[in-house]
Amino acid sequence: MAKDFEVQVLEDVTIRFAGDSGDGMQLTGSQFSNTTALFGNDLNTLPDYPAEIRAPAGTLYGVSGFQLHFSSLEIQTPGDSPDVLVAMNPAALKVNLKDLKPGATIVVNENAFDSKNLKLAHYDVNPLEDNSLAGFNVILVPLSKQTAAALEGLQLSMKDIERTKNFFALGLMYWLFDRPLEPTSVWLEQKFGSKPVYLEANKKALTAGYYYGENTEVFTTRYHVNPAKLEKGTYRSISGNEATAIGFVAASHKAGIPLFLGSYPITPATEILHELSKFKNYGVKTFQAEDEIAGVSSAIGASFAGNLAITTTSGPGLALKTEAIGLAVMTELPLVIVDVQRGGPSTGLPTKTEQSDLLQAMFGRNGESPVPIVAASTPSDCFTMAFEACRIAIKYMTPVFLLTEGYLANGSEPWKIPDVDSLPEIPVNYWKDKETYQPYLRDDNLSRPWAIPGTPGLEHRIGGLEKAHIYGTVSYIPENHEFMIRMRDAKVKKIQDDIPNLEVLGDKDADLLIAAWGGTYGSVSEAVSNLRRKGFKVAQVHFKYLNPFPKNTEEVLSKYKQILVPERNLGQLSKMLKMEFLREVIQLNKVQGSPFKSSEIENKVISILGGNNVN
Amino acid sequence: MSTKEVMEKTENVKLTAKDFATNQDVRWCPGCGDYSILAQAQRISPELGIPREKFVWVSGIGCSSRFPYYMDTYGFHSIHGRAPAIATGVKLANPDLSVWVAAGDGDLLSIGGNHFIHACRRNIDMKVILFNNRIYGLTKGQYSPTSEKGKKTKSSPYGSIDFPFLPVNMAVASGATFVARSIDRDPKHLQAMMLRAAAHHGLAFIEIYQNCNIFNDGAYEPLTNKETKPDHVVVLEHGKPLIFGKNNDKGIRLDGMNPIIVDLTKGEYSVSDLWVHDEFDSNPGRSFVLAHFSDLKDFPAPIGVFRQIQKSTYDGDLFAQLDEVTKMKGKGDLAKLFRSGNTWEVA
Repeated sequence: MAKDFEVQVLEDVTIRFAGDSGDGMQLTGSQFSNTTALFGNDLNTLPDYPAEIRAPAGTLYGVSGFQLHFSSLEIQTPGDSPDVLVAMNPAALKVNLKDLKPGATIVVNENAFDSKNLKLAHYDVNPLEDNSLAGFNVILVPLSKQTAAALEGLQLSMKDIERTKNFFALGLMYWLFDRPLEPTSVWLEQKFGSKPVYLEANKKALTAGYYYGENTEVFTTRYHVNPAKLEKGTYRSISGNEATAIGFVAASHKAGIPLFLGSYPITPATEILHELSKFKNYGVKTFQAEDEIAGVSSAIGASFAGNLAITTTSGPGLALKTEAIGLAVMTELPLVIVDVQRGGPSTGLPTKTEQSDLLQAMFGRNGESPVPIVAASTPSDCFTMAFEACRIAIKYMTPVFLLTEGYLANGSEPWKIPDVDSLPEIPVNYWKDKETYQPYLRDDNLSRPWAIPGTPGLEHRIGGLEKAHIYGTVSYIPENHEFMIRMRDAKVKKIQDDIPNLEVLGDKDADLLIAAWGGTYGSVSEAVSNLRRKGFKVAQVHFKYLNPFPKNTEEVLSKYKQILVPERNLGQLSKMLKMEFLREVIQLNKVQGSPFKSSEIENKVISILGGNNVN
Repeated sequence: MSTKEVMEKTENVKLTAKDFATNQDVRWCPGCGDYSILAQAQRISPELGIPREKFVWVSGIGCSSRFPYYMDTYGFHSIHGRAPAIATGVKLANPDLSVWVAAGDGDLLSIGGNHFIHACRRNIDMKVILFNNRIYGLTKGQYSPTSEKGKKTKSSPYGSIDFPFLPVNMAVASGATFVARSIDRDPKHLQAMMLRAAAHHGLAFIEIYQNCNIFNDGAYEPLTNKETKPDHVVVLEHGKPLIFGKNNDKGIRLDGMNPIIVDLTKGEYSVSDLWVHDEFDSNPGRSFVLAHFSDLKDFPAPIGVFRQIQKSTYDGDLFAQLDEVTKMKGKGDLAKLFRSGNTWEVA
């Protein structure tokens, strides 16, 4: 018989699922996210996994985690510190303990705390027995044993049974947070429709976990987080990489030309290739090239021949594409280069997030080689900025960088689905007229004509050698070279007239302005609203356009006495602002492969403006 | 079409090569073998029945990579080594185009080696013309990946210690479906090879022995000099035995996979004992044996079509798959794509 539990209503909760990289924590987390999104909460996620595909079980470096923050209010970050940790083994407990809120709930799989696993996690004494977790609300659950009991009678190996325990944990969390089982059941049916025994096993584990909460007294309280009051509309949950892929398909549709992706797999950008390769019935061509260079080169070839061409990569891949991007600058062909940034330099931290390729995008080419740069601020904003990158590339006949990062790419949030008709058209006018054609004639935007092979009478040659103004023939004339350099520079600067101004959020008469870019948006926004609630006068601007900067940038910066620039690099935007506007800024830099906690930004502001720190 | 038929056909070509010449001054060194290759390309182009606007010539970096500037078609003079990758993108964007790559031995086999082998592997429907002069010309004379071992150049004053590639072998091994070789100073043969390549559906590769009269003059002298040519070149023709020599007095027979030069004048061997060339052999083995003649003492250099097979092309398969999936799933609807997965309403 179901007992009566106290139900406590919470505004927001942060949960982290942690276990071995083979424990299915990413799946568990994303299932909880989907159910929570359907339930109507606002949410934001932070998957965090090791670079090793299957690191040895039980080790500290093999721990994979998935954090999600859900709320009845609008939220912007995956949460600073978890309220709940689900730890599948001792290593998961050890790695994550330091991040938890004081008094947090820790749900542990007590069956995994055997001498072997304790040793692998470098515990001399079992932490469940030495009182070292006093101060936390520790819930011991015999997860492995309970799962095995629930699956008794099914024709499954021990290994398969063990691999189902994440669904037991998921069911238990659904009970604790009052979520329906239905969305995950439907998902399981789709996933395991052809393998009835796995379908049954996972469903049984899920339900058993749920009823374990209901029927035992390990929890005395259940928690309820009401749906958030989001703007009216139809929503779905979307990750940054999904949003990027869909943004490109939308741009191709609105431009009326086929999409071509030339790419080479690289973490954390690969999912964009995966996604786009599904969309063949949208006319999307994906070419998995032999290397990064061939990825971008094939895209340049496709652009020459009239396709909307893109290439997707991360930092090391971008380094390889450098020379070809210079070629796209010289030949003035539309091209979008997506850099899903990760920890660098070199191979760096492949699965961890960072925003340290801004200067590479800005300056990483030989010669005077300007390329427009846009950056996404949230997972769903990747859609908007992918679309925008295409619009700029086509209108101005130029390569364009779209910078996202691992945290946005893998993280997800609710996305208010736009109306297809509300998206702007992207006009494409391939040149047709023989009489007036010149390869480097320019229009009012300083763009040259897009004359594609197959058009009679427009046969012409382009290439990496400097070309004569208007005529496009090879030219070594010194004055022409400087003229063309200035022309390409002016063309990119002119884009300033065609992008939105910076919008100042927060207090217009603030004592301090926080200027940020890319994936720091959520942490900064949350910090600003917390600070203002505490009475601090703080304003915020967020750069989504980094080259050129929005037109009002100088004016906005000049209004504030102090400017704080939080970045997950050593100050790349700071350098650009100092360089371009001769403005001193205060830097806040963190390069630890993870997003800012909003408290880190709050504390920095408080240390500048005076006051007491937050935890 | 056999090589012979093609050669006969080219005899009667009404030349409109001028239509394919641009108004740009050709800037190769006087006497460069590239002039002949350009002339033959301009000469055969009108014969292909392809409108001029559908030709795209793509090149990388090097002397020969200036080629597109001199062909009045669409052209792309790109960056070092990347021509096959750029050409791949062109073809995949618009499969109606006739896509040609002009590349030197450094461009195609050193810095661009990866793109070359993968274009062959995918059997993309494009023509790859290798201008093999066995030297780096544009950087003024360093050994190339096809230079013979021991070659003394500015970067190898005591002789190169690199072994050379055999480009024909690379192409065959990588999956090219048409592989041929010709010589800059044999315009008729070169035209025939270009016409054969153009007619092939799939990746067609022609290695052209090309003389660099500044930095590697005479590299192919024995193959082009009227006196020595018969003893140094064997012309491959489908269904014909391998015969060479001034008086057609020498032949090549196969002992297992070992080629042996035999004297046809002594009565010990006759023409019927010789290796009969089969361009369409599905087994690539004999193409390798032919290419390896250059490693063997006294063997002539084969020119002609080494191999031609039929395989589906990457571009063909790509578009077939787009059609197939569209048929299966229906034409993509953007609004549906936006709503894929679970959605919910907020009122």
